[in-house]
Amino acid sequence: MRRVVITGAGAISALGRTAAEFAESLRAGRSGIGPIRSTDCTQLRFQNGAEVPDYSHAAWFEDRRADFMDRFAQFAVIAAREAAADAGVDWTAELRERAAIVTGSCVGGQSTEDIGFVEVYKKGNNRVHPLTIPKTMANAGASHISMEFGITGPSFTISTACSSAAHAIGQAFWMVRSGMTDLAITGGSEAPFSFGILKAWEAMRVVAPDTCRPFSKDRRGMVLGEGAAMFVIEPLEAALARGARIHAEIAGFGMSADASHITQPSVDGAARAMQAALKDAGIAPEAVGYINAHGTATSANDPTETAAIRKVFGAHAGRLPVSSTKSMHGHALGAAAALECLATVTALRDGILPPTANYSEPDPECDLDVIPNVSRRAEVEWAISNSFAFGGLNAVLVLRRAGSGIL
Amino acid sequence: MSDEFTQRVLNTIASAKRIPAETVTIDSEFLALGIDSMDAMEILFALENEFDINIPDEEAHKVRSVRDLVEGVARLVEAKAGGAKPAQ
Repeated sequence: MRRVVITGAGAISALGRTAAEFAESLRAGRSGIGPIRSTDCTQLRFQNGAEVPDYSHAAWFEDRRADFMDRFAQFAVIAAREAAADAGVDWTAELRERAAIVTGSCVGGQSTEDIGFVEVYKKGNNRVHPLTIPKTMANAGASHISMEFGITGPSFTISTACSSAAHAIGQAFWMVRSGMTDLAITGGSEAPFSFGILKAWEAMRVVAPDTCRPFSKDRRGMVLGEGAAMFVIEPLEAALARGARIHAEIAGFGMSADASHITQPSVDGAARAMQAALKDAGIAPEAVGYINAHGTATSANDPTETAAIRKVFGAHAGRLPVSSTKSMHGHALGAAAALECLATVTALRDGILPPTANYSEPDPECDLDVIPNVSRRAEVEWAISNSFAFGGLNAVLVLRRAGSGIL
Repeated sequence: MSDEFTQRVLNTIASAKRIPAETVTIDSEFLALGIDSMDAMEILFALENEFDINIPDEEAHKVRSVRDLVEGVARLVEAKAGGAKPAQ
Protein backbone atom coordinates (compact mmCIF):
# COMPACT_ATOMS: atom_id res chain seq x y z
CA MET A 1 0.00 0.00 0.00
CA ARG A 2 1.12 3.50 -0.79
CA ARG A 3 1.78 6.20 1.78
CA VAL A 4 -0.37 9.29 1.32
CA VAL A 5 0.63 12.90 1.87
CA ILE A 6 -1.06 16.28 1.85
CA THR A 7 0.65 18.58 -0.64
CA GLY A 8 -1.97 21.31 -0.91
CA ALA A 9 -4.30 23.02 1.54
CA GLY A 10 -6.91 25.73 1.20
CA ALA A 11 -9.42 27.21 3.62
CA ILE A 12 -12.02 29.92 3.94
CA SER A 13 -13.65 30.36 7.33
CA ALA A 14 -14.39 32.79 10.12
CA LEU A 15 -10.63 32.75 10.73
CA GLY A 16 -9.75 34.17 7.33
CA ARG A 17 -9.80 33.66 3.59
CA THR A 18 -6.73 31.45 3.24
CA ALA A 19 -5.10 28.51 4.99
CA ALA A 20 -2.31 30.85 6.15
CA GLU A 21 -4.78 33.26 7.78
CA PHE A 22 -6.46 30.26 9.41
CA ALA A 23 -3.12 29.07 10.85
CA GLU A 24 -2.26 32.53 12.10
CA SER A 25 -5.60 32.89 13.93
CA LEU A 26 -5.13 29.50 15.59
CA ARG A 27 -1.62 30.41 16.68
CA ALA A 28 -2.90 33.66 18.18
CA GLY A 29 -5.87 31.89 19.80
CA ARG A 30 -8.19 34.37 18.11
CA SER A 31 -11.84 33.36 17.91
CA GLY A 32 -13.91 34.17 14.80
CA ILE A 33 -17.20 34.04 16.72
CA GLY A 34 -19.36 37.17 16.64
CA PRO A 35 -22.84 38.46 15.75
CA ILE A 36 -24.34 36.72 12.70
CA ARG A 37 -24.71 39.31 9.95
CA SER A 38 -25.90 37.39 6.89
CA THR A 39 -29.25 36.50 8.48
CA ASP A 40 -31.60 38.45 10.74
CA CYS A 41 -31.41 36.64 14.09
CA THR A 42 -33.71 38.84 16.18
CA GLN A 43 -36.28 36.01 16.36
CA LEU A 44 -33.68 33.50 17.57
CA ARG A 45 -32.46 32.66 21.06
CA PHE A 46 -28.89 33.02 19.82
CA GLN A 47 -27.31 35.75 17.70
CA ASN A 48 -23.70 34.62 17.43
CA GLY A 49 -21.95 32.49 14.84
CA ALA A 50 -18.60 32.02 13.14
CA GLU A 51 -19.17 33.62 9.73
CA VAL A 52 -16.72 34.31 6.93
CA PRO A 53 -16.27 38.05 7.52
CA ASP A 54 -17.77 40.35 4.86
CA TYR A 55 -18.07 37.57 2.30
CA SER A 56 -19.01 38.50 -1.24
CA HIS A 57 -18.70 36.09 -4.19
CA ALA A 58 -17.42 38.95 -6.37
CA ALA A 59 -13.80 38.46 -5.27
CA TRP A 60 -13.84 34.90 -6.64
CA PHE A 61 -16.65 34.43 -9.17
CA GLU A 62 -18.33 36.31 -11.99
CA ASP A 63 -21.98 37.04 -11.24
CA ARG A 64 -23.28 34.59 -13.82
CA ARG A 65 -21.16 31.72 -12.43
CA ALA A 66 -22.17 32.58 -8.87
CA ASP A 67 -25.85 32.42 -9.90
CA PHE A 68 -25.42 28.66 -10.17
CA MET A 69 -23.74 28.14 -6.81
CA ASP A 70 -25.06 28.19 -3.26
CA ARG A 71 -22.66 29.80 -0.81
CA PHE A 72 -21.49 26.34 0.38
CA ALA A 73 -20.47 25.37 -3.17
CA GLN A 74 -18.65 28.68 -3.62
CA PHE A 75 -16.67 27.97 -0.45
CA ALA A 76 -15.82 24.49 -1.76
CA VAL A 77 -14.37 25.86 -5.01
CA ILE A 78 -12.53 28.73 -3.28
CA ALA A 79 -10.76 26.30 -0.92
CA ALA A 80 -10.07 23.80 -3.73
CA ARG A 81 -8.50 26.51 -5.90
CA GLU A 82 -6.16 27.48 -3.09
CA ALA A 83 -5.27 23.85 -2.37
CA ALA A 84 -4.54 23.05 -6.02
CA ALA A 85 -2.42 26.19 -6.44
CA ASP A 86 -0.60 25.43 -3.18
CA ALA A 87 0.16 21.88 -4.36
CA GLY A 88 1.35 23.14 -7.75
CA VAL A 89 -0.61 20.43 -9.51
CA ASP A 90 0.23 19.98 -13.20
CA TRP A 91 -3.16 19.04 -14.63
CA THR A 92 -2.23 16.71 -17.46
CA ALA A 93 -5.01 14.98 -19.39
CA GLU A 94 -4.05 11.68 -17.75
CA LEU A 95 -4.13 13.12 -14.24
CA ARG A 96 -7.54 14.71 -14.82
CA GLU A 97 -8.90 11.27 -15.68
CA ARG A 98 -7.23 9.59 -12.69
CA ALA A 99 -7.93 12.23 -10.03
CA ALA A 100 -10.77 11.89 -7.54
CA ILE A 101 -12.91 14.36 -5.62
CA VAL A 102 -14.51 13.46 -2.29
CA THR A 103 -16.28 16.21 -0.40
CA GLY A 104 -18.33 16.37 2.77
CA SER A 105 -21.37 18.49 3.48
CA CYS A 106 -24.12 18.18 6.06
CA VAL A 107 -26.88 20.56 4.93
CA GLY A 108 -25.67 21.27 1.38
CA GLY A 109 -27.53 24.16 -0.19
CA GLN A 110 -30.40 24.19 2.29
CA SER A 111 -30.07 27.98 2.46
CA THR A 112 -31.17 28.08 -1.17
CA GLU A 113 -34.00 25.67 -0.41
CA ASP A 114 -35.00 27.91 2.50
CA ILE A 115 -35.43 30.84 0.10
CA GLY A 116 -37.66 28.72 -2.13
CA PHE A 117 -39.78 27.67 0.84
CA VAL A 118 -40.26 31.30 1.83
CA GLU A 119 -41.57 31.97 -1.69
CA VAL A 120 -44.13 29.17 -1.75
CA TYR A 121 -45.12 28.78 1.91
CA LYS A 122 -44.83 32.31 3.26
CA LYS A 123 -45.22 34.70 0.35
CA GLY A 124 -47.78 32.45 -1.35
CA ASN A 125 -46.02 32.61 -4.71
CA ASN A 126 -46.60 29.63 -6.93
CA ARG A 127 -43.05 29.08 -8.16
CA VAL A 128 -39.48 28.83 -6.93
CA HIS A 129 -36.26 29.66 -8.74
CA PRO A 130 -35.37 26.98 -11.32
CA LEU A 131 -31.83 26.61 -9.98
CA THR A 132 -33.12 25.60 -6.54
CA ILE A 133 -32.42 21.89 -7.12
CA PRO A 134 -28.88 22.15 -8.60
CA LYS A 135 -27.93 24.71 -5.94
CA THR A 136 -29.38 22.70 -3.06
CA MET A 137 -27.89 19.28 -3.80
CA ALA A 138 -25.15 18.39 -1.33
CA ASN A 139 -22.85 17.16 -4.13
CA ALA A 140 -22.80 20.60 -5.79
CA GLY A 141 -19.44 21.35 -4.14
CA ALA A 142 -17.83 18.25 -5.68
CA SER A 143 -19.50 18.94 -9.04
CA HIS A 144 -18.27 22.52 -9.24
CA ILE A 145 -14.75 21.45 -8.23
CA SER A 146 -14.78 18.85 -11.04
CA MET A 147 -15.84 21.50 -13.56
CA GLU A 148 -13.29 23.99 -12.21
CA PHE A 149 -10.34 21.67 -12.91
CA GLY A 150 -11.79 19.35 -15.57
CA ILE A 151 -11.43 16.36 -13.25
CA THR A 152 -13.25 13.34 -14.69
CA GLY A 153 -12.30 10.61 -12.20
CA PRO A 154 -14.41 9.20 -9.35
CA SER A 155 -16.16 12.06 -7.55
CA PHE A 156 -18.78 12.02 -4.84
CA THR A 157 -20.04 13.58 -1.62
CA ILE A 158 -20.50 12.11 1.82
CA SER A 159 -23.09 13.42 4.25
CA THR A 160 -22.69 12.17 7.80
CA ALA A 161 -23.65 15.31 9.73
CA CYS A 162 -20.71 16.65 11.75
CA SER A 163 -18.39 13.84 10.56
CA SER A 164 -19.00 14.41 6.84
CA ALA A 165 -15.59 15.83 5.98
CA ALA A 166 -13.73 13.24 8.06
CA HIS A 167 -15.51 10.42 6.27
CA ALA A 168 -14.76 12.19 2.96
CA ILE A 169 -11.05 12.68 3.68
CA GLY A 170 -10.84 9.11 4.98
CA GLN A 171 -12.34 7.66 1.80
CA ALA A 172 -10.08 9.78 -0.40
CA PHE A 173 -7.09 8.70 1.69
CA TRP A 174 -7.95 5.02 1.27
CA MET A 175 -8.55 5.49 -2.48
CA VAL A 176 -5.09 7.02 -2.96
CA ARG A 177 -3.46 4.50 -0.60
CA SER A 178 -4.92 1.53 -2.47
CA GLY A 179 -3.84 2.84 -5.88
CA MET A 180 -7.43 3.35 -7.02
CA THR A 181 -6.63 6.97 -7.77
CA ASP A 182 -3.40 8.97 -8.13
CA LEU A 183 -4.53 12.25 -6.61
CA ALA A 184 -7.58 13.49 -4.78
CA ILE A 185 -9.10 16.80 -3.83
CA THR A 186 -10.92 16.24 -0.56
CA GLY A 187 -12.41 18.16 2.34
CA GLY A 188 -15.72 19.70 3.28
CA SER A 189 -17.79 22.84 2.94
CA GLU A 190 -20.82 24.29 4.66
CA ALA A 191 -22.89 27.49 4.80
CA PRO A 192 -25.74 26.95 7.26
CA PHE A 193 -26.69 30.54 8.10
CA SER A 194 -30.25 30.75 6.91
CA PHE A 195 -33.19 31.38 9.18
CA GLY A 196 -34.90 28.00 8.76
CA ILE A 197 -31.74 26.04 9.52
CA LEU A 198 -30.87 28.24 12.50
CA LYS A 199 -34.42 27.79 13.87
CA ALA A 200 -33.98 24.02 13.66
CA TRP A 201 -30.71 24.23 15.59
CA GLU A 202 -32.34 26.52 18.15
CA ALA A 203 -35.02 23.90 18.75
CA MET A 204 -32.37 21.32 19.67
CA ARG A 205 -31.24 23.57 22.53
CA VAL A 206 -27.56 22.87 21.89
CA VAL A 207 -26.47 26.31 20.67
CA ALA A 208 -24.77 28.68 23.10
CA PRO A 209 -26.14 32.23 23.31
CA ASP A 210 -22.67 33.70 23.87
CA THR A 211 -19.64 31.79 22.68
CA CYS A 212 -18.19 28.30 22.40
CA ARG A 213 -16.28 27.14 25.52
CA PRO A 214 -15.27 23.51 24.96
CA PHE A 215 -14.33 21.49 28.07
CA SER A 216 -14.97 24.54 30.28
CA LYS A 217 -17.38 24.03 33.21
CA ASP A 218 -19.43 27.07 32.15
CA ARG A 219 -19.86 25.87 28.55
CA ARG A 220 -23.34 26.43 27.14
CA GLY A 221 -23.23 24.64 23.81
CA MET A 222 -21.92 24.90 20.29
CA VAL A 223 -21.69 27.95 18.05
CA LEU A 224 -22.39 27.30 14.38
CA GLY A 225 -19.76 28.13 11.80
CA GLU A 226 -19.33 28.14 8.03
CA GLY A 227 -16.59 27.77 5.48
CA ALA A 228 -14.55 25.12 3.74
CA ALA A 229 -11.20 23.42 3.83
CA MET A 230 -9.88 21.35 0.94
CA PHE A 231 -6.70 19.32 0.49
CA VAL A 232 -4.74 17.88 -2.37
CA ILE A 233 -3.51 14.43 -1.40
CA GLU A 234 -1.26 12.12 -3.39
CA PRO A 235 1.14 9.20 -2.93
CA LEU A 236 4.36 10.03 -1.09
CA GLU A 237 6.48 8.80 -4.02
CA ALA A 238 4.70 11.08 -6.47
CA ALA A 239 5.08 14.07 -4.17
CA LEU A 240 8.79 13.40 -3.68
CA ALA A 241 9.34 12.81 -7.40
CA ARG A 242 7.92 16.20 -8.34
CA GLY A 243 9.56 17.98 -5.42
CA ALA A 244 6.26 19.03 -3.86
CA ARG A 245 6.07 20.57 -0.41
CA ILE A 246 4.56 18.06 2.01
CA HIS A 247 2.36 19.53 4.76
CA ALA A 248 1.80 16.21 6.56
CA GLU A 249 1.07 12.54 6.00
CA ILE A 250 -2.38 10.99 6.39
CA ALA A 251 -1.50 7.76 8.14
CA GLY A 252 -4.74 6.21 9.29
CA PHE A 253 -8.51 6.38 9.32
CA GLY A 254 -11.09 4.69 11.50
CA MET A 255 -14.87 4.65 11.68
CA SER A 256 -17.59 3.33 13.95
CA ALA A 257 -21.30 3.63 14.65
CA ASP A 258 -22.73 4.06 18.15
CA ALA A 259 -25.93 2.14 17.40
CA SER A 260 -27.41 3.66 20.53
CA HIS A 261 -29.12 7.06 20.23
CA ILE A 262 -29.81 9.50 17.41
CA THR A 263 -28.20 12.46 19.23
CA GLN A 264 -26.62 11.31 22.51
CA PRO A 265 -22.97 10.38 21.99
CA SER A 266 -21.50 7.13 23.28
CA VAL A 267 -18.14 6.54 24.96
CA ASP A 268 -17.79 3.13 23.33
CA GLY A 269 -18.56 4.33 19.81
CA ALA A 270 -16.09 7.20 20.01
CA ALA A 271 -13.42 4.95 21.56
CA ARG A 272 -13.83 2.28 18.88
CA ALA A 273 -13.38 4.88 16.09
CA MET A 274 -10.14 6.12 17.70
CA GLN A 275 -8.90 2.53 18.15
CA ALA A 276 -9.75 1.66 14.55
CA ALA A 277 -7.83 4.71 13.30
CA LEU A 278 -4.74 3.89 15.40
CA LYS A 279 -4.86 0.29 14.17
CA ASP A 280 -5.16 1.48 10.56
CA ALA A 281 -2.07 3.66 11.08
CA GLY A 282 -0.27 0.81 12.85
CA ILE A 283 0.68 2.86 15.91
CA ALA A 284 0.28 2.47 19.67
CA PRO A 285 -1.86 4.99 21.60
CA GLU A 286 1.28 6.21 23.39
CA ALA A 287 2.72 7.49 20.08
CA VAL A 288 0.01 10.17 19.79
CA GLY A 289 1.14 13.64 20.86
CA TYR A 290 -1.93 15.77 20.13
CA ILE A 291 -5.66 15.32 19.71
CA ASN A 292 -7.84 17.78 17.87
CA ALA A 293 -11.07 16.99 19.68
CA HIS A 294 -14.60 16.96 18.34
CA GLY A 295 -15.12 19.28 21.34
CA THR A 296 -18.49 20.83 20.50
CA ALA A 297 -18.94 22.38 23.98
CA THR A 298 -22.33 20.73 24.43
CA SER A 299 -23.06 19.30 27.86
CA ALA A 300 -23.09 15.78 26.41
CA ASN A 301 -20.13 15.72 24.01
CA ASP A 302 -17.25 16.96 26.10
CA PRO A 303 -17.50 14.56 29.09
CA THR A 304 -18.24 11.66 26.72
CA GLU A 305 -15.23 12.49 24.56
CA THR A 306 -13.06 12.87 27.67
CA ALA A 307 -14.13 9.41 28.89
CA ALA A 308 -13.52 7.92 25.42
CA ILE A 309 -10.01 9.43 25.27
CA ARG A 310 -9.25 8.04 28.74
CA LYS A 311 -10.54 4.65 27.66
CA VAL A 312 -8.31 4.54 24.56
CA PHE A 313 -5.18 6.22 25.92
CA GLY A 314 -5.24 5.12 29.57
CA ALA A 315 -2.52 6.77 31.66
CA HIS A 316 -1.13 8.47 28.53
CA ALA A 317 -4.33 10.61 28.42
CA GLY A 318 -3.00 12.56 31.40
CA ARG A 319 0.03 13.71 29.37
CA LEU A 320 -1.76 14.19 26.07
CA PRO A 321 -2.62 17.72 24.89
CA VAL A 322 -6.18 17.91 23.54
CA SER A 323 -7.82 21.01 22.14
CA SER A 324 -11.05 22.00 20.42
CA THR A 325 -10.54 24.56 17.68
CA LYS A 326 -14.34 24.83 17.34
CA SER A 327 -13.85 27.50 20.01
CA MET A 328 -12.39 29.63 17.20
CA HIS A 329 -13.82 28.52 13.82
CA GLY A 330 -17.17 27.43 15.26
CA HIS A 331 -18.97 24.22 14.43
CA ALA A 332 -19.02 24.23 10.65
CA LEU A 333 -20.97 20.94 10.49
CA GLY A 334 -19.99 19.18 7.25
CA ALA A 335 -16.89 21.36 6.93
CA ALA A 336 -15.90 20.98 10.59
CA ALA A 337 -13.69 17.93 10.18
CA ALA A 338 -11.90 19.49 7.21
CA LEU A 339 -11.12 22.68 9.14
CA GLU A 340 -10.00 20.53 12.09
CA CYS A 341 -7.87 18.32 9.85
CA LEU A 342 -6.20 21.52 8.67
CA ALA A 343 -5.76 22.68 12.28
CA THR A 344 -4.09 19.34 13.06
CA VAL A 345 -1.89 19.45 9.96
CA THR A 346 -0.88 23.02 10.85
CA ALA A 347 -0.01 21.95 14.40
CA LEU A 348 2.26 19.14 13.16
CA ARG A 349 3.84 21.25 10.42
CA ASP A 350 4.49 24.42 12.42
CA GLY A 351 5.15 22.80 15.79
CA ILE A 352 2.44 24.92 17.43
CA LEU A 353 -0.54 23.25 19.11
CA PRO A 354 -3.70 25.38 18.81
CA PRO A 355 -5.50 26.22 22.06
CA THR A 356 -9.03 25.71 23.29
CA ALA A 357 -10.14 29.35 23.25
CA ASN A 358 -12.77 30.95 25.52
CA TYR A 359 -11.82 28.52 28.29
CA SER A 360 -12.61 29.84 31.77
CA GLU A 361 -13.21 27.11 34.33
CA PRO A 362 -11.98 23.51 34.76
CA ASP A 363 -14.64 20.81 34.67
CA PRO A 364 -13.82 17.62 36.65
CA GLU A 365 -15.69 15.67 33.96
CA CYS A 366 -13.35 17.07 31.28
CA ASP A 367 -10.06 16.70 33.15
CA LEU A 368 -7.69 16.64 30.17
CA ASP A 369 -4.86 19.01 29.22
CA VAL A 370 -7.03 21.13 26.91
CA ILE A 371 -4.38 23.76 26.08
CA PRO A 372 -6.45 26.57 27.61
CA ASN A 373 -6.52 29.82 25.63
CA VAL A 374 -2.84 30.01 24.63
CA SER A 375 -1.21 28.02 21.83
CA ARG A 376 1.78 25.90 22.76
CA ARG A 377 5.09 25.09 21.05
CA ALA A 378 5.55 21.34 20.74
CA GLU A 379 7.17 19.10 18.15
CA VAL A 380 4.68 16.29 17.69
CA GLU A 381 5.01 13.36 15.29
CA TRP A 382 1.53 11.81 15.45
CA ALA A 383 -1.85 13.44 16.00
CA ILE A 384 -5.48 12.44 15.62
CA SER A 385 -8.55 14.46 14.67
CA ASN A 386 -11.88 13.30 16.14
CA SER A 387 -15.32 13.69 14.58
CA PHE A 388 -18.43 12.29 16.25
CA ALA A 389 -21.63 13.03 14.35
CA PHE A 390 -25.24 13.27 15.38
CA GLY A 391 -26.63 9.89 14.49
CA GLY A 392 -23.66 8.22 16.16
CA LEU A 393 -21.45 7.98 13.07
CA ASN A 394 -17.83 8.50 14.12
CA ALA A 395 -14.70 9.11 12.06
CA VAL A 396 -11.11 9.66 13.18
CA LEU A 397 -8.08 10.63 11.10
CA VAL A 398 -4.47 9.93 12.06
CA LEU A 399 -1.94 12.47 10.81
CA ARG A 400 1.85 12.40 10.92
CA ARG A 401 4.36 15.20 10.73
CA ALA A 402 6.30 15.42 7.48
CA GLY A 403 10.02 14.90 7.83
CA SER A 404 9.69 12.49 10.77
CA GLY A 405 12.53 10.19 9.88
CA ILE A 406 11.30 8.41 6.79
CA LEU A 407 9.72 11.19 4.75
CA MET B 1 -47.62 43.18 -29.87
CA SER B 2 -46.42 46.63 -29.06
CA ASP B 3 -42.74 47.50 -29.32
CA GLU B 4 -42.88 48.27 -25.64
CA PHE B 5 -44.15 44.76 -24.85
CA THR B 6 -41.51 43.14 -27.03
CA GLN B 7 -38.78 45.20 -25.41
CA ARG B 8 -39.99 44.16 -21.97
CA VAL B 9 -39.61 40.50 -22.95
CA LEU B 10 -36.15 41.15 -24.43
CA ASN B 11 -35.05 43.02 -21.31
CA THR B 12 -36.24 40.16 -19.09
CA ILE B 13 -34.22 37.68 -21.17
CA ALA B 14 -31.09 39.85 -21.02
CA SER B 15 -31.41 40.41 -17.30
CA ALA B 16 -31.89 36.69 -16.52
CA LYS B 17 -28.88 35.75 -18.65
CA ARG B 18 -26.89 38.73 -17.31
CA ILE B 19 -26.01 40.06 -20.77
CA PRO B 20 -26.37 43.63 -22.07
CA ALA B 21 -29.97 44.41 -23.11
CA GLU B 22 -28.90 45.61 -26.58
CA THR B 23 -27.49 42.15 -27.44
CA VAL B 24 -30.97 40.61 -27.42
CA THR B 25 -33.24 41.28 -30.41
CA ILE B 26 -36.41 39.55 -31.53
CA ASP B 27 -34.38 37.81 -34.25
CA SER B 28 -31.65 36.55 -31.90
CA GLU B 29 -30.94 32.82 -31.83
CA PHE B 30 -30.52 31.16 -28.43
CA LEU B 31 -27.31 29.50 -29.58
CA ALA B 32 -25.79 32.83 -30.64
CA LEU B 33 -26.68 34.33 -27.25
CA GLY B 34 -25.07 31.35 -25.50
CA ILE B 35 -28.38 30.37 -23.90
CA ASP B 36 -28.38 26.72 -22.82
CA SER B 37 -31.19 24.66 -21.33
CA MET B 38 -30.50 25.82 -17.77
CA ASP B 39 -30.44 29.47 -18.87
CA ALA B 40 -33.75 28.87 -20.66
CA MET B 41 -35.22 27.59 -17.39
CA GLU B 42 -34.21 30.80 -15.63
CA ILE B 43 -35.54 32.95 -18.46
CA LEU B 44 -38.92 31.20 -18.31
CA PHE B 45 -38.96 31.75 -14.54
CA ALA B 46 -38.13 35.43 -14.98
CA LEU B 47 -40.84 35.85 -17.64
CA GLU B 48 -43.43 34.13 -15.43
CA ASN B 49 -42.60 36.58 -12.65
CA GLU B 50 -42.43 39.63 -14.90
CA PHE B 51 -45.78 39.01 -16.59
CA ASP B 52 -47.48 37.03 -13.80
CA ILE B 53 -48.22 34.10 -16.09
CA ASN B 54 -47.69 30.34 -15.94
CA ILE B 55 -45.82 28.88 -18.88
CA PRO B 56 -46.88 25.22 -19.27
CA ASP B 57 -44.14 22.64 -19.95
CA GLU B 58 -45.56 21.75 -23.39
CA GLU B 59 -45.45 25.44 -24.40
CA ALA B 60 -41.92 25.80 -23.02
CA HIS B 61 -40.65 22.80 -24.99
CA LYS B 62 -41.86 24.34 -28.28
CA VAL B 63 -39.77 27.48 -27.87
CA ARG B 64 -36.85 27.60 -30.33
CA SER B 65 -36.09 31.31 -30.64
CA VAL B 66 -36.52 34.69 -29.01
CA ARG B 67 -39.41 35.35 -31.39
CA ASP B 68 -41.17 32.16 -30.17
CA LEU B 69 -40.77 33.46 -26.62
CA VAL B 70 -42.16 36.90 -27.35
CA GLU B 71 -45.14 35.44 -29.22
CA GLY B 72 -45.73 32.78 -26.59
CA VAL B 73 -45.66 35.25 -23.72
CA ALA B 74 -47.99 37.56 -25.66
CA ARG B 75 -50.47 34.67 -26.11
CA LEU B 76 -50.43 33.82 -22.42
CA VAL B 77 -50.77 37.44 -21.32
CA GLU B 78 -53.67 37.87 -23.74
CA ALA B 79 -55.37 34.69 -22.48
CA LYS B 80 -54.99 35.90 -18.89
CA ALA B 81 -56.55 39.26 -19.76
CA GLY B 82 -59.52 37.44 -21.31
CA GLY B 83 -58.70 38.30 -24.89
CA ALA B 84 -57.68 41.90 -24.35
CA LYS B 85 -54.57 43.04 -26.22
CA PRO B 86 -51.37 42.70 -24.20
CA ALA B 87 -49.44 45.61 -22.79
CA GLN B 88 -52.05 48.22 -23.64
